[in-house]
Amino acid sequence: MIDQPKISLSGVQKHFGPKHVLRGIDLDVPRGQSLVVIGGSGTGKSVMLKCILGLIRPDSGQINIDGQDITGLSNRDREAVMGRMGMLFQGGALFDSLQVWENVAFGLIQGKSMQREKAREVAMAKLAQVGLNAAVGELSPSELSGGMQKRVGLARAIATDPEIIFFDEPTTGLDPIMADVINDLIVKCVRELGATTISITHDMASARKIADRVAMIYEGQILWHGPASEIDRSGNDHVDQFINGRADGPIQMQVRKL
Amino acid sequence: MMRFNFLAMIGSVILQFLGAVGRLTLFTAQGLRHCVTPKFYFRILGRQMLQIGYFSLPVIGLTAFFTGAVLALQIYVGGARFNAESLVSSIVVLGITRELGPVIGGLMVAGRVSAAMAAEIGTMRVTEQIDALTTLSTNPYKYLVAPRLIAGATMLPLLVLVADIIGVFGGFVVGTQKLGFNAGTYVQNTIDFLHADDVISGLVKASIFGFLISLMGCYHGFMSKGGAQGVGRATTNAVVSASIMILCANYLITEMFFAQ
Ligand SMILES: Nc1ncnc2c1ncn2[C@@H]1O[C@H](COP(=O)(O)OP(=O)(O)OP(=O)(O)O)[C@@H](O)[C@H]1O
Ligand SMILES: [Mg+2]
Repeated sequence: MIDQPKISLSGVQKHFGPKHVLRGIDLDVPRGQSLVVIGGSGTGKSVMLKCILGLIRPDSGQINIDGQDITGLSNRDREAVMGRMGMLFQGGALFDSLQVWENVAFGLIQGKSMQREKAREVAMAKLAQVGLNAAVGELSPSELSGGMQKRVGLARAIATDPEIIFFDEPTTGLDPIMADVINDLIVKCVRELGATTISITHDMASARKIADRVAMIYEGQILWHGPASEIDRSGNDHVDQFINGRADGPIQMQVRKL
Repeated sequence: MMRFNFLAMIGSVILQFLGAVGRLTLFTAQGLRHCVTPKFYFRILGRQMLQIGYFSLPVIGLTAFFTGAVLALQIYVGGARFNAESLVSSIVVLGITRELGPVIGGLMVAGRVSAAMAAEIGTMRVTEQIDALTTLSTNPYKYLVAPRLIAGATMLPLLVLVADIIGVFGGFVVGTQKLGFNAGTYVQNTIDFLHADDVISGLVKASIFGFLISLMGCYHGFMSKGGAQGVGRATTNAVVSASIMILCANYLITEMFFAQ
């Protein structure tokens, strides 16, 4: 069973109306590894994560977690699987009717039925890990800066020590030093907690630091997939263009030149 | 060709309508199911009860008072000057408890509460907070919808009871202060004409209206998409549909209670 990937997607497709976003995604993530997904804006990276989380039902294809296909599960069974996952949403998605610490403690109180006092302590500890002090815990999310919201979202995603964690652009909007703190934190989640993670990022410095493996998504499919160490030797023009951030190359952005 | 287009248009409208009815039915069934199955979020239920019940009191009190007052005035000037004392008090108490208390109360609360619910839940939808709930092992129907449905169905009867009392009091004030009726006789007439049935039918109505108000607020909030504009649309739709449903349901319930 050692070889069985923790997360495995095969032939996952998703349309929104006429828009064919995912055109057959095949992807394996081994247990305890960190996969970084790169790819242009609007290519369906966030949609892919939501499919794995069960928030969006794919039109076709299989998504296996620990060898169990989750696309056909009943709601109750899927809730059980979801209890083992954490997600940092691209836009934060903090509950603005709750205080910051209640946001972080939410999964502990509601999902794991922890006492509020105890959950509060854990939440404050998680906030400290992302560089936020106890005073911030008492604020409401709308009183925070964008980067602070991102870090609270991160603290919430890892609060229950999930087996699988998804980070949707964890370092976007952070200053370079804080971004590196967050990178270290993600690495730590993988190394120390043994979590399996998928991170989406446009930040190549971050990708190099946290990735065991890298996958590039292009036109709704996985174009290239390999160990992080080989990203500079992928032999793929699309990947080269993307990681070096060049406007010229095989990937043409849909913009009109003035 | 024209005719074909016309038929196709009718067909698509009907399909859309049926789709909406289906979605609403499923949503209602889900919401009701989570009202009666654990676990229960008492903290949120309490907050919603406060929000719907307590904070609607000023609005309800004012509308009820003036409704009762104007009712007394209208009946008096509308030709009921002979035998006015018993007629005014009886019509006021019947009108308020049977119809005006629940309907006007329901409409006022619909404006206040279903709009607020649709805006709050709609914002949670478009900012992915509802998705986030799901990833934190919390069923959004249980956490968001069920407490609001329960709070609506239980708080509105209480509000309407208050509205009944204040409305009758409004009629009493106009009757005794302006129309010169005797206070003792007015109260006696009111009590003589008041039957438990009238109050109970009003409260049953109120409970159903309260449910509809919360249902519309939650449903339109849940289904909203497309940013701030979508949330705005959801808010309007929630108020309009809740109001229409209240008026339709009012007719149906009255028919059930009183038409033999
Ligand atoms: N709920 C939805 N309804 C309709 N279309 C959607 C929905 N969610 C996503 N899309 C479409 O799917 C495409 C992919 O969106 P997605 O959010 O996955 O992009 P992304 O790769 O995460 O981009 P970015 O890097 O900018 O975050 C977009 O074109 C978007 O318009
Ligand atoms: Mg995205």
